[in-house]
Amino acid sequence: MSLVWPLLLSCALFGIGLYGVLARRNAILMLIGVELMLNAVNLNLVAFDAWWGDALRSGQSLTLFMIAVAAAEIGLGLAIVLGLFRATGSADVDLAVVDTDEQADGAR
Amino acid sequence: MTALTGAVLAQNALSAADLPQIGAPAIEYGTLSPVLAITATALIGVLVEAGAPRRARFGLQSAVAIVGILAALAATVWVSIHDLGKVSFEGTDLLARGKTVAEGALVVDGPTVFLWGLLLVFALVSMLMFAERGLEGGLSGFTGQAAVAPGGAGEREATMAGIEHTEIFPLAMFALLGMMVFPASNDLLTMFVALEVLSLPLYLLCGLARRRRLLSQEAAVKYFLLGAFSSAFFLYGIALVYGYSGSFTLAAIDTAVSNQIAGQNLLLAGMALISVGLLFKVSAVPFQAWTPDVYQGAPTAVTAFMAAGTKVAAFGALLRVFFVGFGGAQWDWRPLMMIVAVLTMVVGAVVLIRQTDVKRMLAYSAIAHSGFILTAFAGAYEGSAGTATITSVSAVMFYLAVYGFSTIGAFAIATLVRDGGGEVGHLARWAGLGRESPVLAGVFALFMLSFAGIPLTAGFMGKWTVFSAAWSGYAWPLVVAGVLTSAVAAYFYVRVIVLMFFADPEGDGPTVAVPSVMTSAVIAVTAAVTIVLGIVPGPVLDLAQNAGTFVR
Repeated sequence: MSLVWPLLLSCALFGIGLYGVLARRNAILMLIGVELMLNAVNLNLVAFDAWWGDALRSGQSLTLFMIAVAAAEIGLGLAIVLGLFRATGSADVDLAVVDTDEQADGAR
Repeated sequence: MTALTGAVLAQNALSAADLPQIGAPAIEYGTLSPVLAITATALIGVLVEAGAPRRARFGLQSAVAIVGILAALAATVWVSIHDLGKVSFEGTDLLARGKTVAEGALVVDGPTVFLWGLLLVFALVSMLMFAERGLEGGLSGFTGQAAVAPGGAGEREATMAGIEHTEIFPLAMFALLGMMVFPASNDLLTMFVALEVLSLPLYLLCGLARRRRLLSQEAAVKYFLLGAFSSAFFLYGIALVYGYSGSFTLAAIDTAVSNQIAGQNLLLAGMALISVGLLFKVSAVPFQAWTPDVYQGAPTAVTAFMAAGTKVAAFGALLRVFFVGFGGAQWDWRPLMMIVAVLTMVVGAVVLIRQTDVKRMLAYSAIAHSGFILTAFAGAYEGSAGTATITSVSAVMFYLAVYGFSTIGAFAIATLVRDGGGEVGHLARWAGLGRESPVLAGVFALFMLSFAGIPLTAGFMGKWTVFSAAWSGYAWPLVVAGVLTSAVAAYFYVRVIVLMFFADPEGDGPTVAVPSVMTSAVIAVTAAVTIVLGIVPGPVLDLAQNAGTFVR
């Protein structure tokens, strides 16, 4: 198979993820966008690895590292988003979260 | 079925015999001892969290962190004496000193060891701020119960019971571990893992402020989302560079770049995307949007740690990737970096003028200072044997030392100016601070003068070194832009000083809390360093000069 096809698919995935992050305002959906971008990178790495015939398989090794790190990242990210959700009742990042202290400070 | 499995096994055995033997990797434990000491400190911190009684935990955790950092500092000094041998190439000594370790995954050379020392000292000072409990009535500046909603009954209960999150210390140690590995990594895989180890604990720490928790949580969400976003770009860049060169090691990438083995488009796109990830971490324009919000929302101790530590680590990594990996393509990336440097200085300095909040002001100041450091980076002056002119690498390292101390000191003072609702952020309410506490206001004025780059403060020496390196690299437009924006920023810094000393306080004015010995020590040390580096910069400058260049 030509190298172009996996690269094109990966580009498309990355673009969709990018669009998701930029267009969505819900933190969870933005996280999904980031995951799509990361998986586009994974696909890219595996394709390049196969193309180079890398004896050390470094591309695939990085893919494994990325899968592990992305899982950790999502776990941590969901915890942070959950904290925000408990505080404001919404996972929307655009809702202006105005702190009462801050308001008082600004009014002075 | 069994026959099939047998056939597969036989096939596997055959291919296994064809593969080369894999020996156990050689790890230079002595050379890596500073990193290993911090890893051990972080893991001990986790165990203390699990085993120690709640009452004893805070003291124990802070003691573990501080002792661990001191041990790592001692190890760094040892490494700098024993492991930084001259590197020779075909009989002649090169400027670089040091060696690659851990099968080429990490490189311990002059710049690495200098940056390790800086990171450890900054972490030590920041840990003293983390451990400060004199300002919130015997509790730390971190929330007692991160999991409950702000302002609710659970939070009050936790405060009454004196519950504290002591996980902050191991988290900070893991972040420090990432910061130490980041500028030392010799391949992009290690660099990626270090970047995540550095970032993930910081995302969490940002959301743990005791006061203004909503602002803090918002800062954490923002930092996390943008950080994950930028690391996706960084990774895509790594993938493209891998596609170009077929390897992650910086030396192999350098070979590929110098020989121009494939289409340049892949390389250019890869370099651009990698620089997005790294420039995000140093908060260069146009990737600076997160900085003010995160610096303002995060607990001030974390902001200080992050502002100094992340900047050191990220600039170290930026320099290593671009000087070692992409050095052969520097005429491709230098013009772009020059534009980024000018933009960063201009946006940082101009927006700085309009700030009304102390922590946001320090954030824009951080952006402007990133711009000044980028001038030396974009100048890319590597020096030559026999000349004493300061190189870009040395200039950046010296500036990072100068900037880190002043910024930690300034944030430490920001924790002390308080009213009933916590820290007073609004600059208008700092009016008349000079009458309330002349010493504190005087020290803050010292940091402002250092940021502005007034002679006899460390900031002046820092600016002089970076502009000198940029000049040697024929980047004189950057020097002109840097001097002009310094003047613009100086206007603001002087205005803050005028405000503190010559303006009448609004109402009853803020009060200055009496800190425990921890924060006092932080302010004393950072102020002393700021003065000493301004008057006798020689020893530290020599250290930075002697660190030489990167080992390839």
